[in-house]
Amino acid sequence: MPVIEYIEAIRLAMKEEMERDPEVFVMGEDVGLKGGVFGTTKGLQQQFGEDRALDTPLAESAIAGVAIGAAMAGMKPIAEMQYSDFMFPATNQIISEAAKIRYRSNNDWSCPIVIRAPIGGGVFGGLYHSQCPESVFFGTPGLKIVAPSTAYDAKGLLKAAIRDPDPVLFFENKKCYRLVADEVPEEDYTVPIGKSKVMREGGDITVIGYSMPLHFAMQAAEELSREEGVEAHVLDLRTLQPLDRAGILEAAAKTGKVLIVHEDNKTGGVGAEVAAIIAEELLYDLDAPIRRLCGPDVPAMPINPPGEKHFLLNKEKLKSAMLELARF
Amino acid sequence: MTQTGTVRQNSRHAALGISDEKAVAMYEIMKLARMYDERGQLLQRAGKINFHISGITQEPSQTAMAFAMDRERDWFLPYYRDYALVLSVGMTVKELMLSIFAKAEDPNSAGRQMPGHFGCRRLRIVTGSSPVTTQVPHAVGFALAAKMRGEDAVSIVSFGEGSSNQGDFHEGLNFAGVQKLPVVFVCQNNQYAISVPFSKQSAGKIADRAIGYGFPGYRVDGNDPLEVYRVVKEARERAAAGEGPTLIEIMTYRVTAHSTSDNDLAYRTKEEVEIHKAKDGIPVYRRYLTELGLWSDEKEDELTRRLRAMIDEATEYAEKAPFQPPEDSFRYVYAEEGEAR
Repeated sequence: MPVIEYIEAIRLAMKEEMERDPEVFVMGEDVGLKGGVFGTTKGLQQQFGEDRALDTPLAESAIAGVAIGAAMAGMKPIAEMQYSDFMFPATNQIISEAAKIRYRSNNDWSCPIVIRAPIGGGVFGGLYHSQCPESVFFGTPGLKIVAPSTAYDAKGLLKAAIRDPDPVLFFENKKCYRLVADEVPEEDYTVPIGKSKVMREGGDITVIGYSMPLHFAMQAAEELSREEGVEAHVLDLRTLQPLDRAGILEAAAKTGKVLIVHEDNKTGGVGAEVAAIIAEELLYDLDAPIRRLCGPDVPAMPINPPGEKHFLLNKEKLKSAMLELARF
Repeated sequence: MTQTGTVRQNSRHAALGISDEKAVAMYEIMKLARMYDERGQLLQRAGKINFHISGITQEPSQTAMAFAMDRERDWFLPYYRDYALVLSVGMTVKELMLSIFAKAEDPNSAGRQMPGHFGCRRLRIVTGSSPVTTQVPHAVGFALAAKMRGEDAVSIVSFGEGSSNQGDFHEGLNFAGVQKLPVVFVCQNNQYAISVPFSKQSAGKIADRAIGYGFPGYRVDGNDPLEVYRVVKEARERAAAGEGPTLIEIMTYRVTAHSTSDNDLAYRTKEEVEIHKAKDGIPVYRRYLTELGLWSDEKEDELTRRLRAMIDEATEYAEKAPFQPPEDSFRYVYAEEGEAR
C-alpha cells in the first residue's frame, strides 16, 4: 500500500470525488491556477477547468454563502477557507444558514456542503494563521465536524464528507500536511463520520484527542512503554460532531484514567464535552480525576519562537502529563 | 368595442407583451396579498396569532417582479414582506395561513419559523432566515449552479434597503459581477429599516452601487407595476443571455409599522404615512384596467367577495389544523437514515 502525505490524501480525495461526480467542485481563494496556498488543490483546475476549481473573490462570507446556494440547488461544493482564522466572516452563513436549512424547512431543503479549513499552529503563523476554531462551531446542531490526524482518515473522511447529505466542516491540520504520511489504499474507501478510532491499545491510561497532538501522544506512549512500562490507550475522535459517545466511554472504561488533549484552548473546548460525557456515565469507574492538556486560554499563539513553542503541545508535555496520570 | 380593442393593443401592458388576462391576473394577486395582509394584522390584534409582518404598499412591485420571471424555471429568494411574490409564484392563501398560525401543514417550515420566512422547493422558493441579506449569496450560488449545469434558470432575490448595508450584499453582488451570473438583485427600498430612515442608512442611491460591481443598476417607482415588470423582464433577459446580473432598486414606502411588535408613530408622523398611503399603487392600477375596459366595479365586488371567502376558509382551516407534534421538533436536524438528500 502506498505511503502518502496527509496533504496529498486530501488532494486525492477531492480529485477522485470530482472524477466520480460532476456536481462536486471546489471554490475558494487561490484554489484554481495556483492550486491553493498550501498546494492542496494543485492540478485540479488543469484537470477539471476553471469552473470546477473556482478562484473566488477574497470574501469568505460569499465563499460560504455562494457554496450554500449552489448546494441547495443540488451541487456538491467544497468551499475552502484559506486559513480557519479567516472563516469568522463566514460564521453567520455557516451557523445561521448551512446548519439550519434542513431543520427550518422541515426537510424540504438540504445543504450538502463541505467547508475545508486548515487549523493549528507551529508554522510561525502568529495569532491569525495558527488558530483552532473548532469550539466556535462545536455544539451547533445541524453541523458535522471532522478533524483527521492521519492521511488515511483525511482521505476517507473527506470522501465521506463530500458524499454526506448535510454540511460538514473539515478541519485539516496544516502542520500535518507534510509531517504526517501513512498508508493509504489506492482503491475507493470512506471513513464513517461519527466513529472514533483506537490508535493504540493499552491498559494503564487513556488519551483521547484529535488532530496533530495525537502524534505527540503516540510518540510519548512509545517512550513510556519502553522506559516506564506504562501502556497508553490512545483514541482518535476523528469526528468532533457528532461525538462517538460509545467509543469515548469504551476507551475511558478501559483504564479508568483519562487525559484529553487538543490544541484548541482549554476553556469551552471539545475536551470539556468529552469530560462531561465520561462524568455523566462513568464517574464511579474512574481511578483518577479527568485531566485536560490543551492550548492555553490566551487569544492565540505569538509568532516569536519561544512564545510559539511555549503555547504548543509537544511530545515532552504529553509524556509528562501521561506519566503523572499513570502514577496517580 | 372596437375602440376599446384598439386602446388595449396600444396599452402599456400590451407593449410589454402582457396579455389582458395576465394584466388582470396581476391585479387579482395584488388584491389577494393586500387582503391576506390585512387579515393577518386583524388576527394578531385579536390574539389569534402571535406575530405578523406586513408588505402593504409593496404588493404591486412584488407581483410584477414575479410575473416578469419564468415561474417554471427560475429560483425565487424572497424576503419577509414578499407575500405578493410568493402568491404569484403559486403559494396559496391557505398555505400562508398555515404558516401564520404555525401549523404542521405549513409548507414553508411546518410551523417552525416565523411567518414571512418563506421556502417551498416545489415552487422553487428558497428557504430563508431572519439574519438579513444572507439570501443574497445564496441567489448567486443558485445562479452559479445554473451556469455550471448549462440550465436556462435565473435567480431573483429580494431584500430591503437596510439590508443592503450588510457585507453579504456587497460580497454577493461582487461575486456575481465577476462571474457574470444569471441573477437579478431587487432592493425593495421602503424607506425604513424598522425606525431608521433611509437618510440614515445610505448617503447615496442603492442602484448606483451596481456600477462598482460592473453591471447596471436601475431605480424604479414601486407604485407602477408595469414599469417594474419592464425593468425586471429586461434584467431577466440580460441574465439569460449570459450578460450577467442587474441591480434594481424599487422605490416604495412602508405604510405599516415594521411588524405587529412595532409602534411606528414613535419615530414618524401620521401625516407622512398618509401622504404615502395616497400614492398606493393598487387603486392606480385598478383605474388603469378600468379605463381599458378590463375591469369594472362589478368585477371588483365579485373579486372582493371571492377573495374574502377564500381567506375566511383558509383562516378557519389553519386555525383548526394541528401543530407539529412537539416530539417531531427533534426531527430533521440531519438527514434521516436512508435519505440521500
